Amino acid sequence: MRKYSVFAVAREALRGHKGWGPQWASPEPRKDYDVIIIGGGGHGLGAAYYLAKEHGITNVAVLEKGWIGGGNTGRNTTIIRSNYLYEESMDIYEHSLKLWENLSQDLNYNVMYSPRGVMMLSHNIHDQQSFKRHINANRLYGIDNEWLTPEQAKAYCPPLDIAKNARYPINGAALQRRGGTARHDAVAWGYARGASDRGVHIIQNCEVTGIRRDETGKVTGVDTNRGFIGAKKIGVSAAGHSSVLMEMADVRVPLQSQPLQALVSEPLKPMFPCVVMSNSVHAYISQSDKGELVIGAGTDQYNSYSQTGGLQIITHTLDAICELFPMFRRVKMMRQWGGIVDVTQDRSPIQGITPVPGLFLNAGWGTGGFKATPGSANLFAHLIARGEPHRLAAGLTLDRFRTGRLIDEAAAAAVAH
Amino acid sequence: MLLIYCPYCEEERSELEFRNAGDAHIVRPTNIAEISDEEFEEFFFLRQNPKGLIFERWRHIHGCGRFFNAARDTVSDRFYTTYKAGEPKPDVAAILKGEQDKGAAR
Repeated sequence: MRKYSVFAVAREALRGHKGWGPQWASPEPRKDYDVIIIGGGGHGLGAAYYLAKEHGITNVAVLEKGWIGGGNTGRNTTIIRSNYLYEESMDIYEHSLKLWENLSQDLNYNVMYSPRGVMMLSHNIHDQQSFKRHINANRLYGIDNEWLTPEQAKAYCPPLDIAKNARYPINGAALQRRGGTARHDAVAWGYARGASDRGVHIIQNCEVTGIRRDETGKVTGVDTNRGFIGAKKIGVSAAGHSSVLMEMADVRVPLQSQPLQALVSEPLKPMFPCVVMSNSVHAYISQSDKGELVIGAGTDQYNSYSQTGGLQIITHTLDAICELFPMFRRVKMMRQWGGIVDVTQDRSPIQGITPVPGLFLNAGWGTGGFKATPGSANLFAHLIARGEPHRLAAGLTLDRFRTGRLIDEAAAAAVAH
Repeated sequence: MLLIYCPYCEEERSELEFRNAGDAHIVRPTNIAEISDEEFEEFFFLRQNPKGLIFERWRHIHGCGRFFNAARDTVSDRFYTTYKAGEPKPDVAAILKGEQDKGAAR
């Protein structure tokens, strides 16, 4: 792999940019692999990268039905934060945030991580109590999170309307300064480049149609539209399609797949300095480096794989955006799309072993999987390599719905997050 | 936005009037205190999540207020039929065949 650097840019500038070459290889699949990861999003590519880098397992294939990063990795609103309530959540999201901080250097690929601060608006006394509980829990655990008065919130994000008679009055905000955004495509590409360089096969347009097992129940490989590919271990990291894949191995998982929509505005000059989220009125907004306002809406209420959603959902979100930031009322929206998120009953992810030997699951990241990409990938690689979960992901087991050890972020946030 | 036919109101109305209520045809065990953890997980947490035909409950919350069931395709989001609570699962293959025949007759 040729290292990217300022010298490489200068050299290529003199040569008419003819020497760059592909960032990752597209090999023919081998007959069998030590590990197959199903799903070429950030989580799957990252897991392959860390398997090769940290565990020395390089006979790995990542199978992707479409193109890498074309699913939820390329469809989310790129918010990064770690201010969750429960220790199990804080463990994995904070692990992830720490990896985000050095990811560009680690990958030698600019993922444009921007710790511009994530501010969560409080609109009523219930929000205030809940946020302060989060802040206290976070600070006791060594995670930054602080309470702002409405005036301080306005100073941090000038477009915000804090008028007392506003439609959605603001009585404060919680701010995580280390939170922010990153470039989602670069995350997928950077991991793909790093993994490919270490010998991992990235196989696109390869849809898994079955999971084969031997008479003891252990996995032996997968059927795909490019034929059978053998594997000693299989990691499923397929977001909205995780339950479809697990069904192929006769494992039922507590996941529901729902559309989640996002939209972007026309590009504007830089004027929105941070990420603002409002759980109560369901709006998430930031400004990308291209200048577009990136806006996230809520999930549709029904199960669907259609990668689209109802117009009333985004209208509802834009209503709230226009009330919170009156200066955006005449901004035109440019594109809208949907992704399929896999939501668990307690709104916490599942990462762990399954009843099928050799089959590992990384799913249930629901509406907030992007922020977890490096941490989840790192710990999923550990799980696949060692056969048992890392300490930081030990609580995210599939069997918690049987044992009752739920991680109830659903109740903590009162909404999808 | 979906258009949903309420079998009680006998009318097609916009999705705004309805609330999705998850998997249909789930029966609460009568001996809920005695069942095992596995059975409770099955009853309480495990739900169908098919890519294709789903049987689900809806409630006409801003209308008649009643629960009913629907057979829908989760890829196209098309409703095959809706039917009243308590009625058995409809034969979707027959519905599709009926539509095909009607199409051929035209």
